Amino acid sequence: MATLQAQPSARSGKEISTMLRKFFKNYYLRRTLKAVASVFVVTTLTFFLIRLMPGNPLDIYVASQMQTLGVSREEAEVMASSIFQIDLKRPVLLQYTDYLTGLLHGDFGLSIVSARTPVSALILRFLPWTMFVVSVSLILSFVLGVLIGTLMAYRRNTWVDYFFTGFSSILTAIPDFMVATLIIVYFGVRWKVFSVTGVRGSLTPGMVPGWRFDFFIDAFYHAALPIITYVITSIGNWMLQMRSSTMATLGEDYVMVAKARGLSEGRITSGYVGRNAILPLFTTLAIMIGGMFGGSVLIESVFTYNGIGIKLASALGARDYPVMQAVFIIITAATVTANLFADFLYGWLDPRIRTEGR
Amino acid sequence: MTYLRDLGSGLLGSLRVMSRNKVGFAGLIITFVIVLTSLLSPYFVHMEMTANLDAIYQGPSAQNWLGTDYQGRDIFKQILLGGREVIYVAFLAGILSCGIGVAFGALAAILGGWFDTIATAAAELVITIPQYPLLLVLAGFIRLNSPIGLAFIIASISWGGLMLAIRAQVFSLKERDYVQAARALGLPTSHLLLKEIIPNMMSYILTNLVMRMTNAIYGQVGLIFLGVVPMAQNNWGVMYSLANRQGAIFGVNSAWYIMAPIFAIALLQFGMINMNRSLEELFNPRLRRGE
Repeated sequence: MATLQAQPSARSGKEISTMLRKFFKNYYLRRTLKAVASVFVVTTLTFFLIRLMPGNPLDIYVASQMQTLGVSREEAEVMASSIFQIDLKRPVLLQYTDYLTGLLHGDFGLSIVSARTPVSALILRFLPWTMFVVSVSLILSFVLGVLIGTLMAYRRNTWVDYFFTGFSSILTAIPDFMVATLIIVYFGVRWKVFSVTGVRGSLTPGMVPGWRFDFFIDAFYHAALPIITYVITSIGNWMLQMRSSTMATLGEDYVMVAKARGLSEGRITSGYVGRNAILPLFTTLAIMIGGMFGGSVLIESVFTYNGIGIKLASALGARDYPVMQAVFIIITAATVTANLFADFLYGWLDPRIRTEGR
Repeated sequence: MTYLRDLGSGLLGSLRVMSRNKVGFAGLIITFVIVLTSLLSPYFVHMEMTANLDAIYQGPSAQNWLGTDYQGRDIFKQILLGGREVIYVAFLAGILSCGIGVAFGALAAILGGWFDTIATAAAELVITIPQYPLLLVLAGFIRLNSPIGLAFIIASISWGGLMLAIRAQVFSLKERDYVQAARALGLPTSHLLLKEIIPNMMSYILTNLVMRMTNAIYGQVGLIFLGVVPMAQNNWGVMYSLANRQGAIFGVNSAWYIMAPIFAIALLQFGMINMNRSLEELFNPRLRRGE
């Protein structure tokens, strides 16, 4: 009797475990969990750096307030609490959970330098510009790179191929922010193509954002140099990848069959070669997005473009820790989200990836 | 003696293979020349560090080959002296990050189990977090003031990709016949790893080392430019960042001050990236043409 009863429950237990396994083998779910986990680890790391590491900024802030303002440790800790969004009177574990809930509510504490402004306000003001520049650059360089790469593969070992190969091998050697400097030195100062001081900032002073034509023109005018820098420094990667990927695809049987069927050259290039050759490029999309967000710190500093990157650079210089950690968390979250999006896109375009390991 | 002769002919043979790829060989020569001058010039070049206010931002001349900086000091000498620290940090960071990547990757593949799970998860995490902001924040929190500390921080965030690649390669290599044969002979795991498996990945590791070094150059020059790492010595990164602060981009003669370190860094990176092509041909005979 007992065995009879046990059997169905054992089977259902097995069923549940296989269901669970199937559930976790789901490509999209696995990627999402990984993305959430990385943001979580990053926030934990910043909490550790701010609060627990020996010589951490919180202790230093408390000590400096006690010294410069002559207040007691208790008062200094209250001041530190409001700035770092960490209540020092509570146990460390609760401080940690408070900190996480604060972050989830978009509460990043106050800036030390910028007259006690909430950090979240700073981020809302500067982040959109970086998102704008990075996304436009990414799309431009990807599309142009794919087109040129295909051309290089079809015209391999001609001057077109050699020219672009040489171009990309020289440009990969120069760090992107130095390319930015070169653009200013030659196109701005020497040949006066643009006014070096005029393109600074993300908008001309006095320009009011709105759905108007002159606003968009102005936004693009100021974003043009960072976008050009991103595009010419990242396009080489797409070109060379697309070139080798296209050359590999050209030898595939289905291309041969398409030719034998007498399909037009244009149809074969776009529908048979291009569509398959482009797939491997999506795996590096994630790395490129991270690199672009990272590079924004330096490129925006060179062009004085008012994005999140230059904010991180100035926070670093002024040791404005609440701003530093917030920008870092935001950049990580943005990169991880973009990666997740790229993964989903890749899984949607290439079903082999989605069903891998099932 | 025969050993020396073998070594000599082996080196000559390697050089012959490497010289087949013209661009790659040029890269090798460029890299060697820059590294040698950077390492040796501190013993020969004497730098006058006092300001000479009568000779600010002079253009190139017979006396000052690349002109002078905002304090009238010779730029060419600064370029000669400024490479050593850059290369030193890059090399140290490259070796460290390759060391971590290879050790973790190989151990994860050999040991398996929980070590594999944790190490792989850690590597994937390191890859996911945008590297440059992480580097900045770490450098901002951990007050850096030495080249060694800088190299350590750069290495600590850049081992992820290599670790995963090495892990995958060891997984495949450890099933090969010659490794299985060595295992059947009862040789210890350390022998399998150090004598059978890792030598077979050496080419991959070496080209990766060069790539990691170029990344480390980017990382350190960027950190110096942002003022996170205070470096007082002659250093291309310091030159670039000082030139930016002093507004050297706005003059015709002063532009030499900012162009010189950019050109030096670009030339070194160009050399290293192309040297990799020759190295790949040397280690991977399938890439060689017309043999």
